[in-house]
Amino acid sequence: MSAIADRDANRSGLRERLAEFRRNVLSRHPTMAIGGVLLILMILGAVFAPLLFTVDPIALNPIQRLRGPGAAQWFGTDMFGRDIYSRTIYGTRISLFVGLAAAVLSIAIGLVIGLLAGYVRLLDTILMRVMDGLMAIPGILLAIALVSLSGASLVTVTVAITIPEIPRVVRLVRAIVLSVREEPYVEAAVAAGTRLPLILIRHILPNTIPPLIVQATYVCASAMLTESILGFLGAGTPPEIPSWGNIMAEGRTYFQIAPWIIFFPGALLALTVLAVNVLGDGLRDTLDPRIAKKM
Amino acid sequence: MDQTTQPVLDIRGLTVRLPIRADRENAIEDVSFSVLPHEILCVVGESGSGKSVTAHTVMGLLPPKQLTATAGQVLLQGDDLLKKTPGEMRALRGARMSMIFQEPMTALNPLMSIGDQIEEILQIHTEMSARERLARVIEVMEAVKLPEPERLVHSYPHQLSGGQRQRVMIAGALALEPALLIADEPTTALDVTTQAQILKLIKDIQRTHGTAVLFITHDFGVVAEIADRVVVMQHGLVVEQGEAKAVLRNPQHPYTRMLISAVPSMTPPARPPKADAPVVLETQDLCKTYRDRSLFRAARETRAAHNVELSVRRGETLGIVGESGSGKSTVARCIVRLISPTSGQILIDGHDIAGLSASRLRENRRLVQIVFQDPYRSLNPRRSVGASIVEGPMNFGVGKAEAQTRARDLMKLVDLDPNSLDRFPHQFSGGQRQRICIARALAMEPDVLIADEAVSALDVSVQAQVLELLDDVRKRFNLAILFITHDLRVAAQICDRIAVMYKGEIVERGPAAEVFRAPSHEYTQALFNAAPGRDFEFGSFATA
Repeated sequence: MSAIADRDANRSGLRERLAEFRRNVLSRHPTMAIGGVLLILMILGAVFAPLLFTVDPIALNPIQRLRGPGAAQWFGTDMFGRDIYSRTIYGTRISLFVGLAAAVLSIAIGLVIGLLAGYVRLLDTILMRVMDGLMAIPGILLAIALVSLSGASLVTVTVAITIPEIPRVVRLVRAIVLSVREEPYVEAAVAAGTRLPLILIRHILPNTIPPLIVQATYVCASAMLTESILGFLGAGTPPEIPSWGNIMAEGRTYFQIAPWIIFFPGALLALTVLAVNVLGDGLRDTLDPRIAKKM
Repeated sequence: MDQTTQPVLDIRGLTVRLPIRADRENAIEDVSFSVLPHEILCVVGESGSGKSVTAHTVMGLLPPKQLTATAGQVLLQGDDLLKKTPGEMRALRGARMSMIFQEPMTALNPLMSIGDQIEEILQIHTEMSARERLARVIEVMEAVKLPEPERLVHSYPHQLSGGQRQRVMIAGALALEPALLIADEPTTALDVTTQAQILKLIKDIQRTHGTAVLFITHDFGVVAEIADRVVVMQHGLVVEQGEAKAVLRNPQHPYTRMLISAVPSMTPPARPPKADAPVVLETQDLCKTYRDRSLFRAARETRAAHNVELSVRRGETLGIVGESGSGKSTVARCIVRLISPTSGQILIDGHDIAGLSASRLRENRRLVQIVFQDPYRSLNPRRSVGASIVEGPMNFGVGKAEAQTRARDLMKLVDLDPNSLDRFPHQFSGGQRQRICIARALAMEPDVLIADEAVSALDVSVQAQVLELLDDVRKRFNLAILFITHDLRVAAQICDRIAVMYKGEIVERGPAAEVFRAPSHEYTQALFNAAPGRDFEFGSFATA
């Protein structure tokens, strides 16, 4: 009985917090709400792609090739008669997967390296020189090299996109660690005999979370772009998996007679990246109002 | 009213509203006082008393839309400043009234030379030619006794000492001979000896230029040193005002009486010597040298601490007194082993911990605990105070339940509600947080407690309570306390013995009573002579 009452209390507490979130955040940053809603729609579209009136995205139908957008094929068809609408919707899966996976992976790896580099002076020089080395190579070039070394697949593309993003996360985390480690409360924990891993997790890591969430959105947006570029250059996911990049690559030669092949995946890519960036800006403003004022 | 008796600044019934949802309705309420020509008026109060809000209202520097004056008048030589447009206020600021701030480093532009910053004021307000301006800049720099003004005009703020920077601020403020100078805690960030010089300078200027000075401070020592008249503020209200001597000798309001009696006396109370107690903490030849290595020039060495020898007995408080940069905090941080000493020994109960490896050191962490200066940064803002207190004991294998019980007992001991353990640091005041820090240190059951400027950031009334608490726990747990401070009054009250540090070395040591009665080293003498209001015995009121 009391457990139910507790749960109800929790639920109404949650409802109040949601209402407060709406009042304080969404009303002050409406663009962030728009970005968030767009992104949620994209994710839903990617997950439920088979239910969204799509046909098999790789089914060839030469009779219907290069049809313009119309009632039968909303976004038209390509040179093999494949339905652009279906291909674009299925392509969302690749872009979002690569974007989110690259964001999560680069933040997770960068966080660990950054914490160690910032706190353990001995590791700092070594780790940061490796990061400098990584940063010296253009991200796309590094990704192309990694993909061509290990063969194109969703996993290799994701890894290839994640690695060039790591140094920036490391630098961000390290900078925060360097300032927080001087805080008296960290020194008090050292004086109290707290072990290194606990100091890092308990006292230092929480300070890095807000800027990292913001950084994650930027990584996500840039990873989606990189994925499309790789696809466009033919170094992305294999042709049998439709992605926005390789749809556009295939449409490139037909651009003058069938511009819709490039237009729709391109527009969706722009919209998604915009949504993620707008969400990131809003998060930055709410999580760290001081930075917001400076920028 | 003739010119000599008309007040330069006359504040009548001034009320400034706080934003809604603040802890009170008005920042200041019905504040009335006036500053006469040739007079230094001190506005005294603790943090949150509204003294700075008053000064900023006069200057028209309130943050717009957050704080607004809702009633009253601010008359500068008869003109109501509250009715001025922003443009008119801009013309007045610097010309007829000017202000100097607490932090001379942040109040000066680091990218502009000293001369340019003073000249800017002349450029804005006058029609002088470049040559005349430069001459005037040199003149005011001479007036504030800056050395070699012709050379210094081209220097940048980082090349100057804190005291010199404050002199530059004052020079800029005086460039146009304003009728009113507002000084908002101008010496709080400075060392005692520098503070004494700046106070003397402000007094000289007021005498020679006839400038009226509105001086904001929290320090009654400063009041005794320079004030002609005093206004005491509490919670946004003026509770008392009058001639400085009269207020200090014979305060009428209970709050003023409390504030003045809370000022620690410069005469140490009699304390029994503890010569027979065992020595808990001892350092031998402790050195900390910072090497600034560089590829292209010879390594530079900074000796932060040199051959420091000290010992503290069980149940005894040793004070380390010194100014900023004297190395007193370096010694403290070496003893807690937050930094590693370059050479020398640190003996805790006879065992040397100076060269221990990280893992061996951790076993010894329990013995020495530290309380820091800044109560706002000493506790992890994301963790409940209970979690902060039990962290140390649980590192040493104490069970959670037991640690919690101990934490509750300690909260009681430091006069806080044991039920507030699950609250977060921001829900406590500065003084309360410092009590929590003391509880956290005591939770480790240490042999040595180091208080690194532990009461320096606190208001004087809170300071007295925390000092009392420290002395109380010393007696109760028979602790050895190493008390590091720049404040001689505080040192006099709590320390059994005193060591004076200067440029990384201990220049004088001895029982507190002796050092205060007859300082032997010339630096100690200079330090004692600089203490504001040293000749004034606070709290010995005339019978009211």
